Amino acid sequence: MSERVYCGVDLGSSRTKLVLIDKEKNILASSVIKSGWDFSLSAEKALADALAKAGLSRSDIKATVSCGYGRGNVMFASEHKTELACHGRGSYHRFPFAINIVDIGGQDNKIIKIDKDGKRRSFKMNRKCAAGTGAFLEEMAMRLDVELSQMNEVAKNAKGMVTIGSYCTVFSATEVLEHIRRGKKVGDLVKGLFTSVIKRIMEMESFEDAVVISGGVVHHNPIIADILSERLGKEVLKAEQPQIAGALGAALYAMDL
Amino acid sequence: MPEVKTIKRRKIESSSVMNKYMADYFLDLDECARTGKKKVAWCTSVGPAELLLSMGFAVHYPENHGAMLGATRMATDLIPIANSQGYSPDICSYLTSDIGSYISGNTPLTKAYGIKEIPKPDVLVFDTNQCRDVADWMEWYARRLNIPILGVYAPKYPNEITEVHIQSLKQQTEDLIEPLEKISGNKFDIDKFREKMKLSRQCTELWGRVLDTAMATPSPLTFFDGTIQMGPAVVLRGTQRAVDYYELLLKELEQRIASGVGAVANEKFRLYWDGMPIWGRLRANSELFASLNSSVIASTYCNSWIFSSFDERDPFYSMAKAYLEIFIVRSEDSKVDYITRMIEKFKIDGVLYHDAKTCPANSNCRYGMNKRLEESTGVPSLVINGDLNDLRCVSDEQMRTNVEAFIEQLEENA
Ligand code: SF4
Repeated sequence: MSERVYCGVDLGSSRTKLVLIDKEKNILASSVIKSGWDFSLSAEKALADALAKAGLSRSDIKATVSCGYGRGNVMFASEHKTELACHGRGSYHRFPFAINIVDIGGQDNKIIKIDKDGKRRSFKMNRKCAAGTGAFLEEMAMRLDVELSQMNEVAKNAKGMVTIGSYCTVFSATEVLEHIRRGKKVGDLVKGLFTSVIKRIMEMESFEDAVVISGGVVHHNPIIADILSERLGKEVLKAEQPQIAGALGAALYAMDL
Repeated sequence: MPEVKTIKRRKIESSSVMNKYMADYFLDLDECARTGKKKVAWCTSVGPAELLLSMGFAVHYPENHGAMLGATRMATDLIPIANSQGYSPDICSYLTSDIGSYISGNTPLTKAYGIKEIPKPDVLVFDTNQCRDVADWMEWYARRLNIPILGVYAPKYPNEITEVHIQSLKQQTEDLIEPLEKISGNKFDIDKFREKMKLSRQCTELWGRVLDTAMATPSPLTFFDGTIQMGPAVVLRGTQRAVDYYELLLKELEQRIASGVGAVANEKFRLYWDGMPIWGRLRANSELFASLNSSVIASTYCNSWIFSSFDERDPFYSMAKAYLEIFIVRSEDSKVDYITRMIEKFKIDGVLYHDAKTCPANSNCRYGMNKRLEESTGVPSLVINGDLNDLRCVSDEQMRTNVEAFIEQLEENA
């Protein structure tokens, strides 16, 4: 199997995602670990992890492409691309038709429009504020004293929903505190927070084509995809491991080298 | 290891002459303020400077000072001083950084030219053709220093410039004569005014030709060069030196064209910049685009100093018309037409819209224009969130990722 494996690394601000694929574009192994502060080290760790899972060694890798915030820190990558390019390619690989991709990441949200031939037509990243991103949900989970891993469950079981009106993280936090003080149910609040994430997304763009959702936040909180689908009034597609779309795209780019 | 790209940008040789002319201008201005050799007028950048010059004033341009505060990155520390005086962080950051500069007694003129303090005005003159902030800005100084302030109020967002518009501006400009005579102690002389208008027209025509050299492929000039090279068009207009300088610069650029030399070594994509520059990141941004083999070759900003209607035979009328025709004061439809023409003229592959946090007047993507233009021209665009002077509103990483992703998109679709 020597020299026929391609590697893609998406070094995000919060998680490092790495994917190994074979020449038929099958995923051999993947790894998702915390990025920490030493990005080069996280890339190395993710690589070791994926190689071990696939029973491969470094010399099996023919080429590596990196993307994401720490794309320049992946020492074993021979090229880097932006996460916009890689997310587009990764998602189109899974859904090969005209798609509007919504990627909710730790620090930013992206909307990427891909046409039926897989060409990127436009993209947008959210602006200056954390509102609507993973970082926002983390901050709010802390305020509500809910484990991050429990948020999806808590929201799913909620009977009602509290509307969060502001689009500023700081204002939202005040709003949440006010609702807690008034004795609102935590589940209703968490559902409101997820809905506010979706509202931030829907303000960014209009969605004409099939919608694909990706990113770590939706992996842990699949309810977000349901809320988006409900709001848009159409089906929202989600791949099995939505958080590795960028790394998969990077691995596909590695095949072109 | 990803390839480290060498950054290939070419320097403009004529700049040393410009630097000397600019230094002489500032030193003279300082001397006037200190000794009273001439009265000093502050004039907003698209205000009636030619009239002031003809009446013997030395003219200081606050926006030029604002741009220097931005380019030296002093602004970000000075803005909070104005914020603490009740001037919001959301309003013009030229205004806030300039006021902060005055209150704290820090000016970039000290380091650049050894000038101790900003040359104090004897009169403040503004034209609201750009925005209301220029009036608020001058009013702060009028209150603080207790000096006279004169304003010209332009009609907002006309689609067509009509006789009524022009006559109103003409009348307002003529009305400035009387108070200006009192302040300067000099009588208005139409021939002197004509002379200044003539020099300004020559300057503006040459500046237009300088910018038009960017039609060549590869372009000998970038927008980033343009923002520096326009110094004389702003502060030396109405003088022979501005004319001399642009003749020199034009020669250098024409020489570049003749030898097929581009400002960016490998110009693959030609981009257009709409909106204000990000002064504190001029160099970084210029390097960023060059490293991606892209050249930002034309802009609304630099072209705003082309006043093609100037005509010394009818100085008041033509000045009123010229200062009303500028992009920033016009209707959304005329802006769309303008950018469409620029895209065609300069063979543009992509348009960048700088959405400057503190300058709504010159952030043109806020009413959907970018989407409409994308549809009508088929040329893709990117919105860059940032600011002219307030680096608290600028994210280098977001800028880099957005620009890289945009160029990737152009490459993939080429
Ligand atoms: S146009 Fe913008 S940058 Fe210029 S003075 Fe007005 S608000 Fe400030």
